Amino acid sequence: MKALAARRHHRAAPVVLMLLALLVTGGLYAVLAPSPATAETASTETDVEKGQRLFQANCATCHGPNAEGTSEAPSLVGVGAAAVDFQVSTGRMPMQMSGPQAAAKPPQMDLQQTADLAAYVASLGAGPAIPTAEQVNAELGDSANGALLFRTNCAMCHNAVGAGGALSEGKWAPPLDDVSERNLYQAMLTGPQSMPVFNDANITPEEKRDVIAYLVEQREGSAGGISLGSLGPVSEGIWAWVVGLGLMIGAAVWIGAKSS
Amino acid sequence: MSTDTSPSSTTDAPATPAGKAADYLDQRTSVGVAVKEFARKVFPDHWSFMLGEMALFSFVVLLLTGVFLTMFFDPSMALIEYHGDGPEAMQGQLMSVAFASTLDLSFEVRGGLLMRQIHHWAALVFMAAIVVHMMRVFFTGAFRKPREINWLVGTLLMILGLAAGFSGYSLPDDVLSGNGLRITDGVVKSIPVIGSYTSYFLFGGEFPGEHIIPRLFTVHILLVPALIVALIGVHLFLMVLHKHTQYPGGGRTDKNVVGYPLFPVYVAKMGGNFFIIFGILALMGATMSINNVWNYGPYDPSPVGAGAQPDWYMLFLEGSLRLMPGWGTEWVIFGYTLSLNVLIPAVVIPGLLFTFLFVYPFLEARVTGDKREHHVLDRPRNVPVRTGLGVAFLTAFIVLALAGANDLIATHFAMSLNQITWVFRILFFAGPVFAFWITKRICLGLQRKDRELVLHGHETGRIVRFANGEYIEVHRPLDEQERWLRVNYDAHRPLEIEPATDARGVKRPGYKKDKRWQQLSRFFYEDRVEPVTPAEFAAAHSHGEHDEIAAAQHSPELVSGAEKVEREH
Amino acid sequence: MSENQNPYPGQDVATSSAAPTHPERFDDPGVPAHRSRLTDIDPKAAKRNERIVALIFAISCLGAIATVVAYFAVRPDGTTEGTRLSTALLGVTMAISLLGIGIGAIHWAKSLMSDHEYVDERHGLASSPEARTVAVQHLTDGVEDAGIARRGVLKGAAVSALALFPLTFAVPLISSVGGDWDVSKFRHTIWERNRRLAYDPSGRLIKASDLTVGSAAHVIPEASEEEMRSHEWITEKAKAVVLLVRLNPEELRSDQSPEGETWSYDGIVAYSKICTHVGCPVALYEQQTHHLLCPCHQSTFDMADGAKVVFGPANRPLPQLPIAVDDEGYLVAQDDFAEPVGPSYWERLK
Repeated sequence: MKALAARRHHRAAPVVLMLLALLVTGGLYAVLAPSPATAETASTETDVEKGQRLFQANCATCHGPNAEGTSEAPSLVGVGAAAVDFQVSTGRMPMQMSGPQAAAKPPQMDLQQTADLAAYVASLGAGPAIPTAEQVNAELGDSANGALLFRTNCAMCHNAVGAGGALSEGKWAPPLDDVSERNLYQAMLTGPQSMPVFNDANITPEEKRDVIAYLVEQREGSAGGISLGSLGPVSEGIWAWVVGLGLMIGAAVWIGAKSS
Repeated sequence: MSTDTSPSSTTDAPATPAGKAADYLDQRTSVGVAVKEFARKVFPDHWSFMLGEMALFSFVVLLLTGVFLTMFFDPSMALIEYHGDGPEAMQGQLMSVAFASTLDLSFEVRGGLLMRQIHHWAALVFMAAIVVHMMRVFFTGAFRKPREINWLVGTLLMILGLAAGFSGYSLPDDVLSGNGLRITDGVVKSIPVIGSYTSYFLFGGEFPGEHIIPRLFTVHILLVPALIVALIGVHLFLMVLHKHTQYPGGGRTDKNVVGYPLFPVYVAKMGGNFFIIFGILALMGATMSINNVWNYGPYDPSPVGAGAQPDWYMLFLEGSLRLMPGWGTEWVIFGYTLSLNVLIPAVVIPGLLFTFLFVYPFLEARVTGDKREHHVLDRPRNVPVRTGLGVAFLTAFIVLALAGANDLIATHFAMSLNQITWVFRILFFAGPVFAFWITKRICLGLQRKDRELVLHGHETGRIVRFANGEYIEVHRPLDEQERWLRVNYDAHRPLEIEPATDARGVKRPGYKKDKRWQQLSRFFYEDRVEPVTPAEFAAAHSHGEHDEIAAAQHSPELVSGAEKVEREH
Repeated sequence: MSENQNPYPGQDVATSSAAPTHPERFDDPGVPAHRSRLTDIDPKAAKRNERIVALIFAISCLGAIATVVAYFAVRPDGTTEGTRLSTALLGVTMAISLLGIGIGAIHWAKSLMSDHEYVDERHGLASSPEARTVAVQHLTDGVEDAGIARRGVLKGAAVSALALFPLTFAVPLISSVGGDWDVSKFRHTIWERNRRLAYDPSGRLIKASDLTVGSAAHVIPEASEEEMRSHEWITEKAKAVVLLVRLNPEELRSDQSPEGETWSYDGIVAYSKICTHVGCPVALYEQQTHHLLCPCHQSTFDMADGAKVVFGPANRPLPQLPIAVDDEGYLVAQDDFAEPVGPSYWERLK
């Protein structure tokens, strides 16, 4: 105890304590934070009526009582189950507050509620359906073709390996490394928010699966070591200064210092 | 010169094998003279004197790893369908041989990826070390006579480093660097009159054509490195000729150099530093991935990735292009198009920055009116305007570089891209001015603090009460080394010029020019803090220890601008 | 240098004692006295440091051997994981070998080699007046000998020859280095009347009915598979790429079609993807605002309003590709772009 008390007065003590506190907070958050729902197989038993009730309670304020849209939010007639499933299962909808962009957050509804809501909106008008497990199976995709498609259609916003990027006026293209395969497919199909629509004529269902295969392959990381966020030359430059020049100057100070 | 003396006859014949070899060599090269001259040459020791070494040794690492890479790289733009050991996502894709050989040397050649990564990290560190080395030279005034020419050589080396980096970055023929080339093409086309033809000159026709990679390869592995090696030779030759500068301190004057002998201390320290630098670069190459070209894919003119940026040393140009507003900046004159929205940020602004670097030593010498040789470095605080200008320059450079990363700032700090751009547009003008002002103030403040210390010594925190009830804090005087460091500098004064008219009232030609130089000189040296003189020191000590108030009342140290002007007229 | 053999400690330059008249400046106290290190006074410490240095060099040897072992033992299996492992092992062992030498040598220098400071004198760099006189004499003699001043014709001829010879090198180089030098190629692309629009990179043709509102398609001109695998194609593609978007027809406020012509089709508009700033592919289409953003320098164009510039360094709108629909329902070009695509250049409007 005595030793501990003595160390409390050490100069580095506040720093160490702060780091510890940060570590504990971060760790707790990682453990306790709700994990994003993974609805690989949504229940087949959906209830349009339940969905309608959920809609009235959670969505109608902005989207209108019959999903016909208001000045605040677009009409949902014809957007299809895929759009609802994407927006709700990634937590983007219901939106917390209005802003340039609805951010992904822990989903507000469970799998069954999401499925009901999707069924209700799908019943309002024909639209893209939720993809099947086979359609989003990365194992069946051709990542080389996916790379080609991703590069031309997606990389300018989402970065070459899907690390995300900036759009105008505070909007952004989110990173794709922890987006589920189903959500990736739905995003391409429905074009949520700023994202354009890539319907099945533009990028066919097989091609969408190729894109997913490419993105899943990127999750293996980089062959050269730590990926440094895959952000390209800017992050590399920062590391060259901090690690490279930092270590070298540290060594130079040691070389130049008089030995005791 | 021509007297025939046989060394073997005048000295004892060497007996040891090493001695024999030395004798053999010396009889043919007179290497003994060189060893006599250089073996015990004295070099001053300071960590900041190793910044140039960092650049030099990074360059040696670049040469070594570069030779490894040329064994496997094929700078051809012939198109092939790739099937190799590279990543799954590259299989079957159409690409240039240059890109395919980059994949092969990364994935098929064992250790190839390591060498590639060391090479690229070394390039980034090379440029960073050059910049920090230049900062050290600038802020300590090491560019002053007789080293102005070496400063020019160094600045040229920095520009060649940019050329080497840019040409090498483009070689793998990937989407990211390809878009960099495309931007280069756009900038080149904006040059008045010859723009289109210059673009054809570079690309052998329209962009991208099939010549640019082989051409850049020659530039990257022959032309630029040869020039760099030659100029490094000049740079080091002049360094040895001038003998290294030294920081101020006891016994260090403009007439001597104090330090450790080349052999053995510096041989060990410099050699050791080379291995340390190589080791750090190897560690980086081993663990941190860099420029994964297979992520960007082979060049195709249609795609582009988010975060499309050049390596850090070109980022200021990228930022400059990003900040320039396009509205109203493209002029059509007699039917010819002048793209100021490209020319100003990509040609004029870097031109101004580099011109500042080239001109500064001569400008400062002119306004200082100083023709002496300088070998003892300035403490940055003792030349406030120079230090302020240097910090202002860096501020402009950093604002531009940050602007080049505005999209990443936007995503990582959840801000609006457009607003950030506006903030940087304003900062580019306001930042350097503010940085200059605050730096100059800090320097003057530090100089005054030095005066205080010299006159009154260190505060000890020990309070003594006199018999009459007065309290004072005991100050411990500086030892003579500490004091010498703080009083041994010149506070330059503005130039004094001859009057406008001569004794008979005739106007003197050249007066206006002199007057302008004087004005510039005032900008540099109007505000200054003079070093403590022995007289002041003695005066401060004559009234004992409790002299703070007295000293403050008749402080002559700061000559304010207004006062100075008055004195001259 | 023989004078560097005498290190002089500070004591031999004494500071002036307090005198009634003060000098202008303080006196140099001289080089500080040498401070002995532990290794200078304690032979045991010296011995210990010697052992440490030897140990560091030994670690370096092991590092070098480990590199060779790693090279032969770890064969990358073609996976990302395998390459990463091989790279890391080779690099880390290499770093150990290098850092061992470096740290060992420096520790040796710092702890065991003498740390007495030496002083070298400097001499002014300028040559002595005698040397200058001789140098000037040599030059004058040389000029006199060659007779440059007297033989004016000779001088002129020599200068002319020197001035002309670079042409022998420059003319062949410059005439070939720019290809055909036909810069008028900037003006045109391979788009022409009735050329169909195809998806990039698949080359599938595009039907107007395929595009849903909010779609963005990256478009190339229709071409054969064979044609698309050549350099000529890449160079043409560099000018011809187009971004196609479909808006609600009522949201389309304007486009670039002149009086009496229609360049868009039912809310579908096609604009050059090559930025009018410095030529990056402008491709970030924000479906809700209809803004098109360039990732290189953030020029922003309004696709619903004739691709006018709304932000950033570009000055001109992106040129529009006039499109129509053919009998089979495919999108086709009505013609080439009406103006040169991409960045501005001097003779762009000539």
